[in-house]
Amino acid sequence: MDYSLKVMDHFSNPRNMGTIENSDGVGEVGNAKCGDIMKIYLKVEDDRIADVKFQTFGCGAAIASSSMATELIKGKTLREAWGLSNKAVAEALDGLPPIKMHCSMLAEEAIHEAINDYLRKKGLEPWTE
Amino acid sequence: MINRRNGCGTIVTDIHDCEGVRVTIRNQIIYMDNSATTPVRKEVVEEMIPYMTENFGNPSSIYEIGKISKHAVDRAREKVAYALGAEENEIFFTSGGTESDNCAIKGIAFANQNKGKHIITSSIEHHAVLHTCAWLEGQGFEVTYLPVDKYGTVSLEELKNAVRDDTILISIMLANNEIGTIQPVEEIGKIAKENRIYFHTDAVQAIGHVPIDVKKMNIDLLSLSGHKFEGPKGCGAFYIRKGTKIEPLLHGGAQERKRRAGTENTPAIVGLGKAIELATAEIEESNKTLLKLRERLIKGLLKIPKTHLNGHPTQRLANNVNVTFEYIEGESLLLLLNAKEIFASTGSACNSSSLEPSHVLMACGVPHEIIHGSLRLSLGRMNSEKDVDRVLEAVPEIVQKLRNMSPLTPKEYRML
Ligand SMILES: Cc1ncc(COP(=O)(O)O)c(C=O)c1O
Ligand code: FES
Repeated sequence: MDYSLKVMDHFSNPRNMGTIENSDGVGEVGNAKCGDIMKIYLKVEDDRIADVKFQTFGCGAAIASSSMATELIKGKTLREAWGLSNKAVAEALDGLPPIKMHCSMLAEEAIHEAINDYLRKKGLEPWTE
Repeated sequence: MINRRNGCGTIVTDIHDCEGVRVTIRNQIIYMDNSATTPVRKEVVEEMIPYMTENFGNPSSIYEIGKISKHAVDRAREKVAYALGAEENEIFFTSGGTESDNCAIKGIAFANQNKGKHIITSSIEHHAVLHTCAWLEGQGFEVTYLPVDKYGTVSLEELKNAVRDDTILISIMLANNEIGTIQPVEEIGKIAKENRIYFHTDAVQAIGHVPIDVKKMNIDLLSLSGHKFEGPKGCGAFYIRKGTKIEPLLHGGAQERKRRAGTENTPAIVGLGKAIELATAEIEESNKTLLKLRERLIKGLLKIPKTHLNGHPTQRLANNVNVTFEYIEGESLLLLLNAKEIFASTGSACNSSSLEPSHVLMACGVPHEIIHGSLRLSLGRMNSEKDVDRVLEAVPEIVQKLRNMSPLTPKEYRML
Protein backbone atom coordinates (compact mmCIF):
# COMPACT_ATOMS: atom_id res chain seq x y z
CA MET A 1 0.00 0.00 0.00
CA ASP A 2 1.34 3.41 -0.94
CA TYR A 3 0.92 5.46 2.21
CA SER A 4 2.37 8.93 2.78
CA LEU A 5 5.13 9.40 5.34
CA LYS A 6 2.61 11.14 7.57
CA VAL A 7 0.24 8.18 7.48
CA MET A 8 3.11 5.87 8.34
CA ASP A 9 4.18 8.16 11.18
CA HIS A 10 0.71 8.28 12.73
CA PHE A 11 0.20 4.57 12.12
CA SER A 12 3.51 3.56 13.74
CA ASN A 13 3.29 6.03 16.63
CA PRO A 14 -0.39 6.61 17.15
CA ARG A 15 -1.31 9.65 19.26
CA ASN A 16 -4.10 9.43 21.85
CA MET A 17 -4.44 5.68 21.76
CA GLY A 18 -6.34 4.14 24.67
CA THR A 19 -9.48 4.72 26.72
CA ILE A 20 -10.72 7.38 29.16
CA GLU A 21 -12.19 6.22 32.46
CA ASN A 22 -15.40 8.05 33.29
CA SER A 23 -15.49 9.60 29.85
CA ASP A 24 -18.29 12.02 29.01
CA GLY A 25 -19.06 10.54 25.62
CA VAL A 26 -18.22 7.38 23.71
CA GLY A 27 -18.78 6.71 20.01
CA GLU A 28 -18.29 3.38 18.30
CA VAL A 29 -18.79 2.86 14.59
CA GLY A 30 -18.19 -0.01 12.21
CA ASN A 31 -17.15 0.25 8.63
CA ALA A 32 -19.81 -1.29 6.45
CA LYS A 33 -17.30 -1.79 3.66
CA CYS A 34 -14.67 -3.88 5.40
CA GLY A 35 -15.98 -4.64 8.87
CA ASP A 36 -13.48 -2.53 10.77
CA ILE A 37 -14.28 -0.73 14.02
CA MET A 38 -13.32 2.56 15.68
CA LYS A 39 -14.14 3.77 19.16
CA ILE A 40 -13.68 7.34 20.41
CA TYR A 41 -13.72 8.47 24.06
CA LEU A 42 -14.27 12.14 24.97
CA LYS A 43 -13.67 14.21 28.11
CA VAL A 44 -15.62 17.47 27.78
CA GLU A 45 -15.04 20.62 29.83
CA ASP A 46 -16.78 23.95 29.16
CA ASP A 47 -18.05 22.75 25.81
CA ARG A 48 -14.50 21.93 24.76
CA ILE A 49 -12.79 18.62 24.17
CA ALA A 50 -10.44 18.45 27.12
CA ASP A 51 -9.21 14.97 26.23
CA VAL A 52 -9.81 12.37 23.58
CA LYS A 53 -8.66 8.76 23.09
CA PHE A 54 -9.29 6.12 20.48
CA GLN A 55 -9.26 2.38 19.93
CA THR A 56 -9.24 1.04 16.40
CA PHE A 57 -9.45 -2.35 14.78
CA GLY A 58 -8.53 -1.69 11.19
CA CYS A 59 -5.98 -1.06 8.49
CA GLY A 60 -3.06 1.34 8.52
CA ALA A 61 -5.22 4.14 7.11
CA ALA A 62 -7.88 3.62 9.77
CA ILE A 63 -5.36 3.74 12.61
CA ALA A 64 -3.59 6.79 11.17
CA SER A 65 -6.96 8.54 10.65
CA SER A 66 -7.92 7.88 14.27
CA SER A 67 -4.64 9.28 15.48
CA MET A 68 -4.81 12.37 13.26
CA ALA A 69 -8.49 13.05 13.93
CA THR A 70 -8.01 12.94 17.69
CA GLU A 71 -5.07 15.35 17.38
CA LEU A 72 -7.18 17.71 15.28
CA ILE A 73 -10.13 17.91 17.70
CA LYS A 74 -8.24 18.08 20.98
CA GLY A 75 -8.96 21.44 22.68
CA LYS A 76 -11.59 22.36 20.08
CA THR A 77 -15.20 23.26 20.87
CA LEU A 78 -17.77 20.52 20.29
CA ARG A 79 -19.09 22.43 17.27
CA GLU A 80 -15.61 22.69 15.77
CA ALA A 81 -15.00 19.01 16.41
CA TRP A 82 -18.34 18.15 14.82
CA GLY A 83 -17.29 20.05 11.71
CA LEU A 84 -14.18 17.92 11.11
CA SER A 85 -14.69 16.11 7.82
CA ASN A 86 -13.05 12.91 6.71
CA LYS A 87 -11.56 14.89 3.82
CA ALA A 88 -9.84 17.22 6.27
CA VAL A 89 -8.42 14.23 8.13
CA ALA A 90 -7.14 12.72 4.89
CA GLU A 91 -5.62 16.04 3.83
CA ALA A 92 -3.88 16.43 7.17
CA LEU A 93 -2.34 13.01 6.52
CA ASP A 94 -1.03 14.24 3.15
CA GLY A 95 -3.67 12.19 1.40
CA LEU A 96 -4.88 8.61 1.41
CA PRO A 97 -4.99 6.12 -1.47
CA PRO A 98 -8.44 6.35 -3.15
CA ILE A 99 -9.59 2.91 -1.95
CA LYS A 100 -8.66 3.94 1.59
CA MET A 101 -10.75 7.12 1.75
CA HIS A 102 -13.60 5.22 3.39
CA CYS A 103 -11.30 4.43 6.33
CA SER A 104 -11.12 8.12 7.26
CA MET A 105 -14.94 8.16 7.33
CA LEU A 106 -14.71 5.99 10.44
CA ALA A 107 -13.04 8.86 12.30
CA GLU A 108 -15.62 11.46 11.29
CA GLU A 109 -18.49 9.14 12.19
CA ALA A 110 -17.01 7.99 15.50
CA ILE A 111 -16.51 11.62 16.59
CA HIS A 112 -20.13 12.41 15.69
CA GLU A 113 -21.32 9.41 17.67
CA ALA A 114 -19.23 10.38 20.69
CA ILE A 115 -20.47 13.98 20.65
CA ASN A 116 -24.09 12.84 20.40
CA ASP A 117 -23.54 10.35 23.20
CA TYR A 118 -22.31 13.25 25.33
CA LEU A 119 -25.31 15.41 24.36
CA ARG A 120 -27.76 12.61 25.13
CA LYS A 121 -26.18 12.02 28.52
CA LYS A 122 -26.64 15.73 29.20
CA GLY A 123 -30.29 15.44 28.25
CA LEU A 124 -29.72 17.50 25.09
CA GLU A 125 -31.00 16.93 21.61
CA PRO A 126 -28.40 15.04 19.49
CA TRP A 127 -27.10 16.89 16.43
CA THR A 128 -27.80 15.77 12.92
CA GLU A 129 -25.65 18.30 11.12
CA MET B 1 19.70 7.97 5.78
CA ILE B 2 19.93 6.13 2.49
CA ASN B 3 18.52 2.68 1.90
CA ARG B 4 20.03 0.57 -0.78
CA ARG B 5 18.84 -2.86 -1.72
CA ASN B 6 21.73 -5.17 -2.14
CA GLY B 7 20.47 -8.06 -4.22
CA CYS B 8 18.10 -10.34 -2.44
CA GLY B 9 18.48 -10.72 1.24
CA THR B 10 20.19 -7.59 2.46
CA ILE B 11 19.22 -4.00 2.98
CA VAL B 12 22.17 -1.72 3.32
CA THR B 13 21.53 1.48 5.23
CA ASP B 14 24.00 4.34 5.30
CA ILE B 15 23.64 6.56 8.35
CA HIS B 16 25.85 9.16 10.00
CA ASP B 17 26.81 8.41 13.58
CA CYS B 18 26.98 11.09 16.29
CA GLU B 19 30.36 12.28 15.07
CA GLY B 20 29.19 12.56 11.51
CA VAL B 21 31.04 9.49 10.30
CA ARG B 22 29.23 7.53 7.69
CA VAL B 23 28.51 3.99 8.86
CA THR B 24 26.86 1.20 7.03
CA ILE B 25 24.33 -1.11 8.64
CA ARG B 26 23.54 -4.39 7.01
CA ASN B 27 20.12 -5.62 7.86
CA GLN B 28 18.99 -8.97 6.63
CA ILE B 29 15.55 -8.76 5.09
CA ILE B 30 13.30 -11.73 5.73
CA TYR B 31 11.28 -12.67 2.68
CA MET B 32 8.50 -15.05 3.67
CA ASP B 33 6.14 -14.51 0.76
CA ASN B 34 7.35 -17.25 -1.55
CA SER B 35 3.79 -18.22 -2.51
CA ALA B 36 3.43 -14.76 -4.03
CA THR B 37 6.61 -15.11 -6.01
CA THR B 38 10.20 -16.26 -5.66
CA PRO B 39 13.59 -14.82 -6.62
CA VAL B 40 15.02 -16.30 -9.81
CA ARG B 41 17.82 -18.71 -9.08
CA LYS B 42 21.31 -17.75 -10.21
CA GLU B 43 21.74 -20.93 -12.26
CA VAL B 44 18.44 -20.12 -13.97
CA VAL B 45 19.43 -16.55 -14.83
CA GLU B 46 22.69 -17.79 -16.28
CA GLU B 47 20.92 -20.20 -18.61
CA MET B 48 18.53 -17.48 -19.73
CA ILE B 49 21.00 -14.76 -20.64
CA PRO B 50 22.35 -16.20 -23.91
CA TYR B 51 18.77 -16.35 -25.25
CA MET B 52 18.43 -12.62 -24.82
CA THR B 53 21.84 -11.82 -26.29
CA GLU B 54 23.61 -13.93 -28.92
CA ASN B 55 20.86 -16.57 -29.38
CA PHE B 56 18.01 -14.15 -29.88
CA GLY B 57 16.56 -15.87 -32.93
CA ASN B 58 12.88 -16.61 -33.43
CA PRO B 59 12.28 -20.34 -32.87
CA SER B 60 10.18 -20.42 -36.04
CA SER B 61 13.02 -19.21 -38.28
CA ILE B 62 14.94 -21.69 -40.37
CA TYR B 63 18.47 -20.30 -40.01
CA GLU B 64 20.99 -21.23 -37.35
CA ILE B 65 20.11 -18.86 -34.50
CA GLY B 66 16.43 -19.69 -35.00
CA LYS B 67 17.15 -23.39 -34.75
CA ILE B 68 19.19 -22.84 -31.61
CA SER B 69 16.17 -21.16 -30.02
CA LYS B 70 13.85 -23.93 -31.14
CA HIS B 71 16.13 -26.57 -29.63
CA ALA B 72 16.28 -24.62 -26.39
CA VAL B 73 12.48 -24.47 -26.19
CA ASP B 74 12.24 -28.19 -26.90
CA ARG B 75 14.83 -29.00 -24.25
CA ALA B 76 12.80 -26.99 -21.73
CA ARG B 77 9.72 -28.92 -22.83
CA GLU B 78 11.50 -32.20 -22.12
CA LYS B 79 12.35 -30.99 -18.65
CA VAL B 80 8.77 -29.99 -17.86
CA ALA B 81 7.50 -33.30 -19.25
CA TYR B 82 9.99 -35.22 -17.14
CA ALA B 83 8.98 -33.31 -14.00
CA LEU B 84 5.32 -34.23 -14.51
CA GLY B 85 5.67 -37.75 -15.86
CA ALA B 86 4.23 -36.58 -19.18
CA GLU B 87 5.29 -36.81 -22.83
CA GLU B 88 7.06 -33.89 -24.48
CA ASN B 89 4.25 -33.36 -26.96
CA GLU B 90 1.82 -32.93 -24.09
CA ILE B 91 3.53 -29.76 -22.79
CA PHE B 92 2.71 -26.23 -24.01
CA PHE B 93 4.19 -22.94 -22.87
CA THR B 94 2.04 -20.00 -21.83
CA SER B 95 2.40 -16.62 -20.13
CA GLY B 96 1.83 -18.06 -16.65
CA GLY B 97 -0.57 -19.74 -14.28
CA THR B 98 -3.49 -17.48 -15.15
CA GLU B 99 -3.27 -18.19 -18.86
CA SER B 100 -2.84 -21.92 -18.27
CA ASP B 101 -5.96 -22.01 -16.08
CA ASN B 102 -7.94 -20.00 -18.64
CA CYS B 103 -6.75 -22.23 -21.49
CA ALA B 104 -7.70 -25.39 -19.66
CA ILE B 105 -11.14 -24.39 -18.49
CA LYS B 106 -12.37 -22.35 -21.45
CA GLY B 107 -10.64 -24.68 -23.90
CA ILE B 108 -12.40 -27.77 -22.53
CA ALA B 109 -15.69 -25.96 -22.08
CA PHE B 110 -15.92 -24.75 -25.67
CA ALA B 111 -14.62 -27.94 -27.24
CA ASN B 112 -16.99 -30.21 -25.35
CA GLN B 113 -20.19 -28.21 -24.99
CA ASN B 114 -22.06 -30.55 -27.28
CA LYS B 115 -21.51 -33.23 -24.63
CA GLY B 116 -22.59 -31.06 -21.71
CA LYS B 117 -22.26 -27.68 -20.08
CA HIS B 118 -21.57 -28.58 -16.47
CA ILE B 119 -18.27 -27.92 -14.68
CA ILE B 120 -17.25 -28.85 -11.13
CA THR B 121 -14.67 -26.86 -9.21
CA SER B 122 -14.00 -25.98 -5.57
CA SER B 123 -14.78 -22.85 -3.61
CA ILE B 124 -11.12 -22.29 -2.69
CA GLU B 125 -9.58 -22.13 -6.16
CA HIS B 126 -7.39 -19.23 -7.24
CA HIS B 127 -9.29 -16.40 -8.93
CA ALA B 128 -7.74 -17.46 -12.23
CA VAL B 129 -10.04 -20.49 -12.00
CA LEU B 130 -12.99 -19.00 -10.12
CA HIS B 131 -13.39 -15.92 -12.29
CA THR B 132 -12.99 -18.00 -15.44
CA CYS B 133 -15.78 -20.29 -14.24
CA ALA B 134 -17.95 -17.31 -13.33
CA TRP B 135 -17.44 -15.89 -16.81
CA LEU B 136 -18.43 -19.22 -18.34
CA GLU B 137 -21.63 -19.15 -16.29
CA GLY B 138 -22.45 -15.99 -18.19
CA GLN B 139 -21.88 -17.94 -21.41
CA GLY B 140 -24.50 -20.53 -20.53
CA PHE B 141 -22.36 -23.04 -18.61
CA GLU B 142 -23.33 -24.34 -15.19
CA VAL B 143 -20.74 -24.53 -12.43
CA THR B 144 -20.83 -26.39 -9.11
CA TYR B 145 -18.49 -24.92 -6.48
CA LEU B 146 -17.72 -27.70 -4.02
CA PRO B 147 -17.49 -26.69 -0.37
CA VAL B 148 -14.45 -27.64 1.72
CA ASP B 149 -14.10 -28.76 5.33
CA LYS B 150 -12.46 -26.60 8.00
CA TYR B 151 -9.01 -27.69 6.78
CA GLY B 152 -9.76 -26.69 3.21
CA THR B 153 -10.10 -30.24 1.90
CA VAL B 154 -12.64 -31.14 -0.78
CA SER B 155 -14.86 -34.09 0.15
CA LEU B 156 -14.76 -36.98 -2.34
CA GLU B 157 -18.34 -37.87 -1.42
CA GLU B 158 -19.54 -34.40 -2.33
CA LEU B 159 -17.60 -34.59 -5.56
CA LYS B 160 -19.23 -37.91 -6.49
CA ASN B 161 -22.64 -36.46 -5.69
CA ALA B 162 -22.00 -33.40 -7.84
CA VAL B 163 -21.18 -35.44 -10.96
CA ARG B 164 -23.93 -35.34 -13.58
CA ASP B 165 -24.41 -36.82 -17.02
CA ASP B 166 -23.57 -33.46 -18.58
CA THR B 167 -20.42 -32.80 -16.48
CA ILE B 168 -17.50 -32.18 -18.82
CA LEU B 169 -14.77 -30.94 -16.50
CA ILE B 170 -13.57 -31.18 -12.90
CA SER B 171 -11.06 -28.46 -11.99
CA ILE B 172 -9.59 -28.80 -8.51
CA MET B 173 -6.26 -27.37 -7.42
CA LEU B 174 -3.44 -29.56 -6.23
CA ALA B 175 -2.39 -27.28 -3.38
CA ASN B 176 -3.96 -24.07 -2.14
CA ASN B 177 -2.00 -20.83 -2.36
CA GLU B 178 -3.30 -19.31 0.88
CA ILE B 179 -3.55 -22.17 3.37
CA GLY B 180 -1.34 -24.75 1.66
CA THR B 181 -3.86 -27.57 1.89
CA ILE B 182 -3.07 -30.44 -0.50
CA GLN B 183 -6.09 -32.09 -2.12
CA PRO B 184 -6.52 -35.85 -2.62
CA VAL B 185 -5.76 -35.42 -6.32
CA GLU B 186 -5.20 -39.08 -7.10
CA GLU B 187 -8.65 -40.00 -5.77
CA ILE B 188 -10.21 -37.07 -7.61
CA GLY B 189 -8.51 -38.25 -10.79
CA LYS B 190 -9.97 -41.71 -10.28
CA ILE B 191 -13.49 -40.35 -9.89
CA ALA B 192 -13.05 -38.24 -13.02
CA LYS B 193 -11.78 -41.19 -14.99
CA GLU B 194 -14.57 -43.51 -13.85
CA ASN B 195 -17.09 -40.94 -15.02
CA ARG B 196 -15.21 -40.07 -18.22
CA ILE B 197 -14.87 -36.43 -17.23
CA TYR B 198 -11.78 -34.34 -17.96
CA PHE B 199 -9.74 -33.48 -14.85
CA HIS B 200 -7.76 -30.24 -14.66
CA THR B 201 -5.59 -29.34 -11.68
CA ASP B 202 -3.98 -26.00 -10.90
CA ALA B 203 -0.57 -27.14 -9.67
CA VAL B 204 0.93 -23.64 -9.55
CA GLN B 205 1.81 -23.87 -5.85
CA ALA B 206 2.68 -27.56 -5.86
CA ILE B 207 5.69 -27.67 -8.19
CA GLY B 208 8.84 -28.35 -6.21
CA HIS B 209 6.84 -29.32 -3.14
CA VAL B 210 4.56 -32.19 -4.16
CA PRO B 211 5.82 -34.99 -6.45
CA ILE B 212 3.57 -35.19 -9.50
CA ASP B 213 2.86 -38.02 -11.90
CA VAL B 214 0.06 -37.05 -14.25
CA LYS B 215 -0.43 -40.62 -15.47
CA LYS B 216 -0.68 -42.14 -12.02
CA MET B 217 -2.87 -39.30 -10.78
CA ASN B 218 -5.18 -39.46 -13.82
CA ILE B 219 -4.67 -35.77 -14.53
CA ASP B 220 -5.77 -34.66 -18.03
CA LEU B 221 -4.76 -31.01 -17.77
CA LEU B 222 -2.36 -29.26 -15.43
CA SER B 223 -1.31 -25.62 -14.96
CA LEU B 224 2.00 -24.37 -13.64
CA SER B 225 3.81 -21.04 -13.39
CA GLY B 226 7.56 -20.40 -13.53
CA HIS B 227 7.87 -17.68 -10.92
CA LYS B 228 6.58 -19.84 -8.07
CA PHE B 229 9.61 -22.15 -8.21
CA GLU B 230 12.47 -19.74 -8.76
CA GLY B 231 11.93 -19.34 -12.47
CA PRO B 232 11.04 -16.14 -14.33
CA LYS B 233 7.69 -14.31 -14.13
CA GLY B 234 5.27 -14.17 -17.02
CA CYS B 235 5.98 -17.70 -18.17
CA GLY B 236 4.04 -20.84 -17.43
CA ALA B 237 3.27 -24.21 -18.87
CA PHE B 238 0.28 -26.35 -19.44
CA TYR B 239 0.02 -30.11 -19.75
CA ILE B 240 -2.70 -31.55 -21.98
CA ARG B 241 -3.03 -35.30 -22.10
CA LYS B 242 -2.77 -36.70 -25.62
CA GLY B 243 -6.19 -37.13 -27.20
CA THR B 244 -7.88 -34.41 -25.15
CA LYS B 245 -10.48 -32.43 -27.05
CA ILE B 246 -9.66 -28.78 -26.46
CA GLU B 247 -9.99 -25.41 -28.21
CA PRO B 248 -7.08 -22.95 -28.17
CA LEU B 249 -7.47 -19.61 -26.43
CA LEU B 250 -5.09 -17.67 -28.66
CA HIS B 251 -5.32 -17.89 -32.42
CA GLY B 252 -2.51 -16.79 -34.72
CA GLY B 253 0.76 -18.40 -35.75
CA ALA B 254 1.39 -22.13 -35.69
CA GLN B 255 3.52 -22.09 -32.54
CA GLU B 256 3.02 -24.74 -29.84
CA ARG B 257 1.37 -26.97 -32.42
CA LYS B 258 -1.42 -24.42 -32.86
CA ARG B 259 -2.51 -24.80 -29.27
CA ARG B 260 -1.03 -21.44 -28.24
CA ALA B 261 -0.14 -18.91 -30.92
CA GLY B 262 2.55 -16.26 -30.45
CA THR B 263 6.34 -16.14 -30.66
CA GLU B 264 7.75 -18.18 -27.80
CA ASN B 265 9.28 -16.32 -24.85
CA THR B 266 12.49 -18.25 -25.37
CA PRO B 267 14.63 -16.91 -22.49
CA ALA B 268 11.81 -17.34 -19.98
CA ILE B 269 10.95 -20.82 -21.28
CA VAL B 270 14.61 -21.82 -20.95
CA GLY B 271 14.57 -20.44 -17.42
CA LEU B 272 11.38 -22.26 -16.53
CA GLY B 273 12.88 -25.51 -17.80
CA LYS B 274 16.01 -25.11 -15.71
CA ALA B 275 14.01 -24.07 -12.65
CA ILE B 276 11.62 -27.03 -12.78
CA GLU B 277 14.52 -29.39 -13.29
CA LEU B 278 16.25 -28.10 -10.15
CA ALA B 279 13.05 -27.83 -8.10
CA THR B 280 11.90 -31.38 -8.78
CA ALA B 281 15.35 -32.90 -8.35
CA GLU B 282 15.64 -31.29 -4.92
CA ILE B 283 12.09 -31.89 -3.80
CA GLU B 284 12.84 -34.32 -0.98
CA GLU B 285 15.76 -32.45 0.45
CA SER B 286 13.99 -29.11 0.23
CA ASN B 287 10.83 -30.43 1.85
CA LYS B 288 12.83 -31.83 4.73
CA THR B 289 14.40 -28.44 5.43
CA LEU B 290 11.19 -26.48 4.90
CA LEU B 291 9.14 -28.82 7.06
CA LYS B 292 11.45 -28.25 9.99
CA LEU B 293 11.20 -24.48 9.58
CA ARG B 294 7.43 -24.65 9.10
CA GLU B 295 6.86 -26.65 12.25
CA ARG B 296 9.12 -24.39 14.26
CA LEU B 297 7.19 -21.36 13.00
CA ILE B 298 3.76 -22.86 13.64
CA LYS B 299 4.70 -24.04 17.11
CA GLY B 300 6.11 -20.65 18.01
CA LEU B 301 3.18 -18.66 16.63
CA LEU B 302 0.57 -20.82 18.32
CA LYS B 303 2.12 -19.87 21.66
CA ILE B 304 0.50 -16.45 21.18
CA PRO B 305 -2.90 -16.67 22.90
CA LYS B 306 -6.02 -16.63 20.71
CA THR B 307 -4.12 -17.75 17.64
CA HIS B 308 -5.39 -20.42 15.25
CA LEU B 309 -3.76 -22.40 12.46
CA ASN B 310 -5.57 -22.23 9.11
CA GLY B 311 -5.38 -25.11 6.67
CA HIS B 312 -4.61 -28.77 7.24
CA PRO B 313 -2.16 -29.68 10.03
CA THR B 314 -0.32 -32.31 7.96
CA GLN B 315 -1.70 -32.40 4.39
CA ARG B 316 -0.16 -29.03 3.63
CA LEU B 317 2.67 -27.56 1.60
CA ALA B 318 5.97 -27.75 3.45
CA ASN B 319 6.47 -24.02 2.94
CA ASN B 320 3.07 -22.72 4.05
CA VAL B 321 2.13 -21.23 7.41
CA ASN B 322 -1.21 -19.47 7.81
CA VAL B 323 -2.49 -18.34 11.19
CA THR B 324 -5.23 -16.06 12.48
CA PHE B 325 -4.73 -13.76 15.44
CA GLU B 326 -7.97 -12.71 17.05
CA TYR B 327 -8.81 -9.03 17.62
CA ILE B 328 -6.41 -7.57 15.05
CA GLU B 329 -6.41 -6.67 11.38
CA GLY B 330 -3.98 -8.08 8.83
CA GLU B 331 -2.91 -5.01 6.92
CA SER B 332 -1.71 -3.28 10.09
CA LEU B 333 0.14 -6.44 10.97
CA LEU B 334 1.87 -6.52 7.58
CA LEU B 335 2.86 -2.85 7.81
CA LEU B 336 4.46 -3.34 11.20
CA LEU B 337 6.24 -6.49 10.00
CA ASN B 338 7.40 -4.56 6.96
CA ALA B 339 8.91 -1.94 9.27
CA LYS B 340 11.03 -4.78 10.66
CA GLU B 341 12.02 -5.91 7.17
CA ILE B 342 9.80 -8.98 7.34
CA PHE B 343 7.73 -9.46 4.18
CA ALA B 344 4.58 -11.57 4.35
CA SER B 345 0.94 -11.53 3.29
CA THR B 346 -2.63 -11.60 4.64
CA GLY B 347 -6.15 -12.59 3.65
CA SER B 348 -7.63 -9.48 5.23
CA ALA B 349 -10.14 -7.42 3.28
CA CYS B 350 -8.29 -4.21 4.09
CA ASN B 351 -5.28 -5.40 2.15
CA SER B 352 -7.16 -6.15 -1.02
CA SER B 353 -8.53 -3.74 -3.57
CA SER B 354 -11.93 -5.45 -3.43
CA LEU B 355 -12.33 -5.03 0.35
CA GLU B 356 -13.53 -8.63 0.48
CA PRO B 357 -11.84 -10.91 2.98
CA SER B 358 -10.20 -14.08 1.69
CA HIS B 359 -12.71 -16.38 -0.01
CA VAL B 360 -10.51 -19.30 1.00
CA LEU B 361 -10.69 -18.60 4.73
CA MET B 362 -14.42 -17.91 4.42
CA ALA B 363 -14.94 -21.26 2.68
CA CYS B 364 -13.05 -22.96 5.53
CA GLY B 365 -15.56 -21.43 7.92
CA VAL B 366 -13.16 -19.06 9.70
CA PRO B 367 -15.60 -16.83 11.61
CA HIS B 368 -16.19 -13.41 10.10
CA GLU B 369 -15.03 -11.55 13.21
CA ILE B 370 -11.55 -13.04 13.11
CA ILE B 371 -10.98 -13.57 9.40
CA HIS B 372 -9.23 -10.19 9.15
CA GLY B 373 -6.37 -11.15 11.44
CA SER B 374 -4.76 -13.72 9.19
CA LEU B 375 -1.08 -13.93 8.36
CA ARG B 376 0.49 -16.07 5.65
CA LEU B 377 4.19 -16.80 5.88
CA SER B 378 5.43 -18.81 2.91
CA LEU B 379 8.95 -20.14 3.21
CA GLY B 380 11.60 -20.48 0.55
CA ARG B 381 15.09 -21.71 -0.01
CA MET B 382 16.67 -18.55 1.32
CA ASN B 383 14.98 -18.74 4.74
CA SER B 384 16.96 -20.05 7.67
CA GLU B 385 16.23 -21.04 11.23
CA LYS B 386 17.57 -17.65 12.23
CA ASP B 387 14.89 -15.99 10.09
CA VAL B 388 12.21 -18.08 11.74
CA ASP B 389 13.46 -17.06 15.15
CA ARG B 390 13.51 -13.39 14.18
CA VAL B 391 9.93 -13.68 12.99
CA LEU B 392 8.98 -15.42 16.23
CA GLU B 393 10.53 -12.56 18.12
CA ALA B 394 8.81 -9.84 16.10
CA VAL B 395 5.29 -11.21 15.67
CA PRO B 396 4.20 -11.53 19.34
CA GLU B 397 5.31 -7.97 20.01
CA ILE B 398 3.43 -6.61 17.01
CA VAL B 399 0.31 -8.63 17.75
CA GLN B 400 0.34 -7.27 21.31
CA LYS B 401 0.79 -3.70 20.08
CA LEU B 402 -2.23 -4.04 17.79
CA ARG B 403 -4.29 -5.83 20.42
CA ASN B 404 -3.64 -2.97 22.81
CA MET B 405 -5.03 -0.66 20.15
CA SER B 406 -8.10 -2.71 19.26
CA PRO B 407 -11.54 -2.13 20.81
CA LEU B 408 -12.25 -5.84 20.38
CA THR B 409 -9.52 -7.08 22.71
CA PRO B 410 -10.82 -8.33 26.06
CA LYS B 411 -9.04 -6.93 29.14
CA GLU B 412 -7.10 -10.09 29.86
CA TYR B 413 -5.32 -9.87 26.50
CA ARG B 414 -4.33 -6.22 26.84
CA MET B 415 -0.93 -5.17 28.12
CA LEU B 416 -0.53 -1.44 28.44
C1 LIG C 1 -2.89 -21.41 -7.23
C2 LIG C 1 -2.54 -20.35 -8.20
N1 LIG C 1 -3.05 -20.38 -9.43
C3 LIG C 1 -2.76 -19.45 -10.36
C4 LIG C 1 -1.92 -18.39 -10.08
C5 LIG C 1 -1.64 -17.36 -11.14
O1 LIG C 1 -0.37 -17.52 -11.65
P1 LIG C 1 0.34 -16.36 -12.49
O2 LIG C 1 0.64 -15.28 -11.53
O3 LIG C 1 1.56 -16.98 -13.04
O4 LIG C 1 -0.61 -15.93 -13.55
C6 LIG C 1 -1.36 -18.31 -8.79
C7 LIG C 1 -0.48 -17.17 -8.45
O5 LIG C 1 -0.67 -16.49 -7.46
C8 LIG C 1 -1.67 -19.31 -7.84
O6 LIG C 1 -1.18 -19.26 -6.61
S1 FES D 1 -10.46 0.15 7.77
FE1 FES D 1 -10.66 -1.63 6.52
S2 FES D 1 -9.79 -0.94 4.72
FE2 FES D 1 -9.32 0.66 6.06
